[in-house]
Amino acid sequence: MVTASWYLILAAGLFTIGAVGLLVRRNPLIMFMCVELMLNAVNLTFITFGRELNDIGGQVSVFFVLVVAAAEVVVGLAIVVAINRRRPQATADDLSALRG
Amino acid sequence: METAVFIVCAAIVLAGALGVVLARNPVHAALSLVGTLFGMAVLFLNLEAHFLAAVQIIVYAGAIVVLFLFVIMLLGVDRLEDLSVEPITGQRTLAILAGVGTFVLAVAFLLGSGIGPSDPGPKILTLDITDQSTYSNLRQIADFLFTDYVYAFEATAALLTISVVGAVVMSRRMACSDEAQESAGDD
Repeated sequence: MVTASWYLILAAGLFTIGAVGLLVRRNPLIMFMCVELMLNAVNLTFITFGRELNDIGGQVSVFFVLVVAAAEVVVGLAIVVAINRRRPQATADDLSALRG
Repeated sequence: METAVFIVCAAIVLAGALGVVLARNPVHAALSLVGTLFGMAVLFLNLEAHFLAAVQIIVYAGAIVVLFLFVIMLLGVDRLEDLSVEPITGQRTLAILAGVGTFVLAVAFLLGSGIGPSDPGPKILTLDITDQSTYSNLRQIADFLFTDYVYAFEATAALLTISVVGAVVMSRRMACSDEAQESAGDD
């Protein structure tokens, strides 16, 4: 029988992989995907605790996380497109100047 | 049955996550992300979150990953990235150490706090979310969303509108300033 602890450990592992990827990779698109991994780990935690505590609020929170993640991806990818128009093939290290 | 589904999906989720981090080609990373999101959706089904499993597929795999692939193709950044070069000396080792530390701390807290099968927890809702004979999962979420969280729900509508308008404005203004700079002979 799978208990809630297994889901939470899986979520912790997924969050760790996402965090390490965010720190290690230098391609802005891959860094965004790693943020999505971390958000998914949090979603899994919410739903697991929602079932464990018998509270539908956990699933409602996940709904809001999904909406905010969608908004974040839209704005983030617009920034990536805008930056790439000025400086093609830029990595996160090249963008330290903060002057466009 | 639940155990078998969990093991298979956990393997898919972790393999996909590793694929995102380790893939040299951004397109392969995006496809690995789809695998992770599908495994996650099945885990949601396992946890009786039926509505969110469907939303996960539609929003993440159907919209967000397609947007990623669209931007990758649009920018033409689907070239291989050299992962053997470390941009900052020692940063990779420190990042992995920090990640492992986070994982160990999270698991230690989890095991130490005794959260698990023995603790049923406080009953916050009068509804039983595992009993869906009279009240479907979707109806329970809707009941909560349009009563207690109705202002947050309206705020997310505003957030989505603002972010879409912001994305359009950002790409347009950058294009105009590019032309202005090119005509000025700069850049």
